[in-house]
Amino acid sequence: MSTQQRPKVDNSKMITRLLVTVVAMFAFGFALVPLYEKFCEITGFNGRTSNTAAAVSEGSLIDTSRLVTVEFHTRVNRGLPWQFESEVRRMQVHPGETKTVNFTAINRTGRNMTGQALPSVAPGEAAPYLLKTECFCFQNQPLAAGDTAVMPMQFYLDPDIPNHIRTLTLSYMMYDMTEAAAQGRVVVDTSE
Amino acid sequence: MSTVVDTHLDHDDHHDHKPTGIKRWLFTTNHKDIGTLYLLFSFLMFFVGGTMALVIRAELFQPGMQIVDPHFFNQMTTMHGLIMVFGAVMPAFTGLANWMIPMMIGAPDMALPRMNNWSFWILPFAFIILMSSMLMPGGGPAFGWTFYAPLSTTYSTDSTALFVFAIHIMGISSIMGAINVIVTIMNMRAPGMTYMRMPLFVWTWFITAFLLIAVMPVLAGVVTMVLTDKYFATSFFDAAGGGDPVLFQHLFWFFGHPEVYIMILPSFGIVSAIIPAFARKPLFGYASMVYATAAIAGLSFLVWAHHMFTTGMPVFASLFFMYMTMLIAVPTGVKVFNWVSTMWRGAMTFEPPMLFALAFVILFTIGGFSGIMLALTPVDYQYHDTYFVVAHFHYVLVSGAVFSIMAAAYYWLPKWSGYMPNEGLAKLHFWCSVISVNILFFPMHFVGLAGMPRRIPDYALQFADINAVVSVGAFLFGFSQLIFLAVVLKCMAKQGDKAPAKPWEGAEGLEWEVPSPAPYHTFDTPPTIEEPVR
Repeated sequence: MSTQQRPKVDNSKMITRLLVTVVAMFAFGFALVPLYEKFCEITGFNGRTSNTAAAVSEGSLIDTSRLVTVEFHTRVNRGLPWQFESEVRRMQVHPGETKTVNFTAINRTGRNMTGQALPSVAPGEAAPYLLKTECFCFQNQPLAAGDTAVMPMQFYLDPDIPNHIRTLTLSYMMYDMTEAAAQGRVVVDTSE
Repeated sequence: MSTVVDTHLDHDDHHDHKPTGIKRWLFTTNHKDIGTLYLLFSFLMFFVGGTMALVIRAELFQPGMQIVDPHFFNQMTTMHGLIMVFGAVMPAFTGLANWMIPMMIGAPDMALPRMNNWSFWILPFAFIILMSSMLMPGGGPAFGWTFYAPLSTTYSTDSTALFVFAIHIMGISSIMGAINVIVTIMNMRAPGMTYMRMPLFVWTWFITAFLLIAVMPVLAGVVTMVLTDKYFATSFFDAAGGGDPVLFQHLFWFFGHPEVYIMILPSFGIVSAIIPAFARKPLFGYASMVYATAAIAGLSFLVWAHHMFTTGMPVFASLFFMYMTMLIAVPTGVKVFNWVSTMWRGAMTFEPPMLFALAFVILFTIGGFSGIMLALTPVDYQYHDTYFVVAHFHYVLVSGAVFSIMAAAYYWLPKWSGYMPNEGLAKLHFWCSVISVNILFFPMHFVGLAGMPRRIPDYALQFADINAVVSVGAFLFGFSQLIFLAVVLKCMAKQGDKAPAKPWEGAEGLEWEVPSPAPYHTFDTPPTIEEPVR
């Protein structure tokens, strides 16, 4: 080689750092899953609403000066031959006032099944203000062949709900949980 | 500089004992050999992906279903996207990086030559796996290259497993390539080659490599989640199990948006090398080019949800992503301004590399403008998932990234092969390409605005005429590339004029100080850089 030597540089430190970054970014991708869930729960981003019971409304805080329209929307997931409807399509409530709505589910098949309703609120901004004190959606809904279940849902709106929200939609999608329930998998955490 | 080369011939005689035949290519650790392999592989993939595009356009030539069934059509759109992104554009840039970065910074090779060999040779296997999945019962991936859940989980066939492993291998290959580029640039620059003296191609690749390291692992995570959701009863993206399909889109586009800059930043470097060479003026605003590239890379992490405006985001989030996206137009505008200013009062000539670079500046800017239109949340509700989006990203990727790769090929082919590309054929290739690419993609804007959805094999009758024109443009563009193939093959077959060490009068940079073709080993003795090399 010639007289002008290239200074020997140790590459291993740099390689280690870069590899650690790669592993960290892979882990970060997975860390985004719980982060996203928490973020949605806190902000109501993406219409996520809590699936656990809230404290009962203190009746004294009813804001009678305004009315908010709450719409109910029900759907069954593909392949679930159930009928699933709410008894009313919409109602007007004062923030703070507790209301109960009955939902009806009919298992139209000839076998015992288990369903699970998952809620979503639109607009997402309203999600943290919709508080459920009692709901069928907190548990699985086992339904024998051909049976009908009338399932109550009790809720109130947090009086802090922003003034510009005049209408909100609570949508339930009923999923087929028969297999998961048979395997003893808990899908909705009701421990809180 | 010729002394450098003489030294190597006199003293490093063992270097010329390279294996011959297939072994040379299988076991090579030489950056030039690996660069050649990458470039040839990407060229092959370009034709494979292009053929799939022609299947799509043949089906869309007329309304109604004529040639393929809808499921095969979906496989074609999916595979076309995957092959062009991961098989054509990204390996072409890695090939250019392998060939040019060591020569541009005065290094004898890449820092990690054996890893370099591996990062190339796993790539063909990834694409064999991906393409062979089309032979499986139920066909290959048909959910679009973005593989949104639940299309890729609940509704996909078993070829999804092969798709996931292929993406993993491609990701590993890209990450290894990126690590190699970073270590090479940080540790192997010749004395005097300070960061702010590096050619812009080196700078843009340096930043691209960091983007790759940051987002390819996230892609690996997403495909892993798809795999476990499909086969191992997890529920990352399944609402029934407590997951969220919209989460898939967040994770995918957290990778996906930096990915589109991975596919364009090296283009900026190429064009920043070619325009000064043929305008015979130094690049205007070198430092601002570096900072603009870094700014684009940084902003790319804050804009991903502009792909998701119609998922029902809160207004605040939509506005945030809209403004962040529009902000990217500022550093990009700086770049276009600098290229134009470089040409201002330059002594310009229009050899093939310059023609492609000029077409890049104009057509990429058109793609940038349609990008700003798409960034506007309210109007995006109309444009979303229409051919307007297809027109937008093909303007930035075909007449942007692919044109810049062709410009690079014409610019550096003399250095690679030792022979000048046939100028007549190259100009014919340019004019055929630049005209047909506009016949192909420009009318797509109009059918998109009129409401034609993308990824659908049939369309309403009122779109028939424009689609016929688009398909004619597609076939013209596709067959024009055979001219490019001919030019490259002629150079490889050592036909044409022999190239001098510096075939372009105004070209600057260390790569022009070694003979053409570049010897197997260059800069074994580092050159000393005193003047900024731009």
